[in-house]
Amino acid sequence: MKESYRFQHRHILGIEQFSPADIFYILDTANSFKEISNRPIKKVPTLRGKTIVNFFFEPSTRTRLSFEIAAKRMSADTFNISASTSSATKGETLIDTAKNLQAMNPDIIIIRHSSSGAPALLTRHIQSSIINAGDGTHEHPSQALLDLMTVRERKGKIEGLKIAIVGDIAHSRVAHSDILGFSKLGAEVRVAGPATFMPPHLDMLGATVCDSVRDAVTDADVVMALRIQKERQDDPLIPSLREYSQFYGINSELLQYARPDALIMHPGPINRGVEMNPDVADGERSVILEQVTNGVAVRMALLYLVMGGEGNS
Amino acid sequence: MESLIILQNGRLLDPSTGLDARGDLWLQDGLIAPVGNSIPDNSRVIDLDGKWIVPGLIDMHVHLREPGEEYKETIETGTKAAAVGGFTAVVCMPNTTPVNDNASVTRFILEQARNASARVYPAGAISKGSDGEGLAEYGELKEAGAVAVTDDGLPVFDSQLMRRAMEYAGSHNLLVISHSEEMALSRNGSMNEGIVSTRLGLRGIPAAAESIMVFREIALAELTGQRTHIAHVSTAASADLIRQAKARGVRVSAETTPHYFTLTEEAVAEYDTHAKMNPPLRTEADRQAMRQGLQDGTFDAITTDHAPHSVLEKEVEFDRAANGIIGLETSLSLSLQLVRDGVLDPLRLIEVMSTAPARILQVPGGTLVEGSPADVTVIDPDRKYVFTKDSIVSKGKNSPFIDWELQGKAVLTIMGGRVTHDDLP
Repeated sequence: MKESYRFQHRHILGIEQFSPADIFYILDTANSFKEISNRPIKKVPTLRGKTIVNFFFEPSTRTRLSFEIAAKRMSADTFNISASTSSATKGETLIDTAKNLQAMNPDIIIIRHSSSGAPALLTRHIQSSIINAGDGTHEHPSQALLDLMTVRERKGKIEGLKIAIVGDIAHSRVAHSDILGFSKLGAEVRVAGPATFMPPHLDMLGATVCDSVRDAVTDADVVMALRIQKERQDDPLIPSLREYSQFYGINSELLQYARPDALIMHPGPINRGVEMNPDVADGERSVILEQVTNGVAVRMALLYLVMGGEGNS
Repeated sequence: MESLIILQNGRLLDPSTGLDARGDLWLQDGLIAPVGNSIPDNSRVIDLDGKWIVPGLIDMHVHLREPGEEYKETIETGTKAAAVGGFTAVVCMPNTTPVNDNASVTRFILEQARNASARVYPAGAISKGSDGEGLAEYGELKEAGAVAVTDDGLPVFDSQLMRRAMEYAGSHNLLVISHSEEMALSRNGSMNEGIVSTRLGLRGIPAAAESIMVFREIALAELTGQRTHIAHVSTAASADLIRQAKARGVRVSAETTPHYFTLTEEAVAEYDTHAKMNPPLRTEADRQAMRQGLQDGTFDAITTDHAPHSVLEKEVEFDRAANGIIGLETSLSLSLQLVRDGVLDPLRLIEVMSTAPARILQVPGGTLVEGSPADVTVIDPDRKYVFTKDSIVSKGKNSPFIDWELQGKAVLTIMGGRVTHDDLP
């Protein structure tokens, strides 16, 4: 690393805040942590004595587990709060809950919340480092970083690659962060899905909207499918999952248009048969499980870096 | 208290007569009096050194929160804020608790306003409880003192009800004010649908949510031949519809607010809830259209939609924050900027802030003609100041203009001959 570069971020709120240099630094750091997860004793003392709180207002299995495993492998003390067991059920405001936590002096608070901007709100009221594990439909930075790590590992680079993302772009924080991350590093991001899934001014984020899934997937180096949520009551976006899978699902027929060595990705959990067919999800080009493995490494890197990149070595 | 106030050497601006000239104004026994030959004892004489003397400003869209939400604002504190802002009269919206859909609540408000710092003209509800189902009793409301009816805060969803409201309000000579919002399009939205909402991951409210209902209100006004007033216009699309309707002779009037002609959706920045209101801040093109609309007569009035909230409602996640900002104390400064920017000349500014509201509401005021109530505002258009949070008189401190350097202020506000605000040097 060049002397002049320093990772300056105390909070991880979104990909938007990062420069390309920041992202490469995080990925390189993640690389160096990756092998820890392969040791017989999967532990380093780097974050020993640090208190890390997982503050999850929305249900999550993989992300929370991933952060918890990352923290514990670095010897930190971790604690979990979920919305159902928190005093939010007693009507306590987010800020009050956070301030009460703050009074117990956690080093890092990892928050997932259904309101876009909730992590940003917290940074204005408490002193701990805040890591965004997904806020509303805004960003999910650690997911995008592990996606970038996976692609870089397999392809050797990000710049110049064609990335196709298919699904509900408008309501996907994963898509937002991925679009920002991949385009920041010089990839060409193309998205596809029904028009009801496309937010206005997508080009501003860095993606091109394609008329069809086939167009998006043609010559793609990476094909990423997003999880289709069950129909929303308040907003009729698609008529049925059946129709979605017929016209927008990733299947092997569609993949013929992608490059033969294209990577298949999905943030999980997968609705098998809806946005992606099982044979594609389980096929030889799928790197979905590598994404999960890299997720632990990326999260170890983020925890390490917000603590100043110092700690017991 | 002096029975005679003499304002000397000011710039008299009276849109009701087209007067724009240097001169004096005499106020006696609560009325505008003829200028006398000699100055009696026990009169207060003030040399204004060129400051503007205008008819008292009138804000026809204010939320005073009383009865029911006195922790946010009361009639007393809200009218004090109004006086500081140069207003001598306000129309208070009926979305109180209970809703002002009957004579008792109207009478209560007027009773509370008896010693207030500004005249309070209550607006009653269009429907009982503002539930959008049946008409409220307009005859009783009018008799009790209401000047208009509106379900503000909510649109009237049922077009037949709105049609009947316009007709029946016409029978009782009440103005129907429309909060124009197609709620199916705005559902769960918290800011304008566009570039910024995409970037911030917030559900957006498209401009069409407003213009669709503006179109409907215009069509109903045409159908019934009654008059209607469109509240808080925020989009160019709505402005175009209103302009065309006026050209056709439809009896429609409209208002916009300082935040719509000063700010855009960019003010939301990093989820600043002091930039959250309904309708939301829009694009730069819409902002320009608001200015254009004031200039070309599409809009008749500047109002504030003064909506005080406490930190309880604002210091939360953006999508959960209450809609609205205060506005009484900054409206004049922000509106004077339109004069400095060459958008409005001084007479036109005072017209949209005083004379036109009085005419639309059919209440006294908006004029400096002899015999009129002594509702007068003295404006120092050059006074520069920083709008600090500590200086805010309203109970609500929810303003996006805090710490802004502003220019132009009401330095003396007189209502019915009584000084309600004095900031003369």
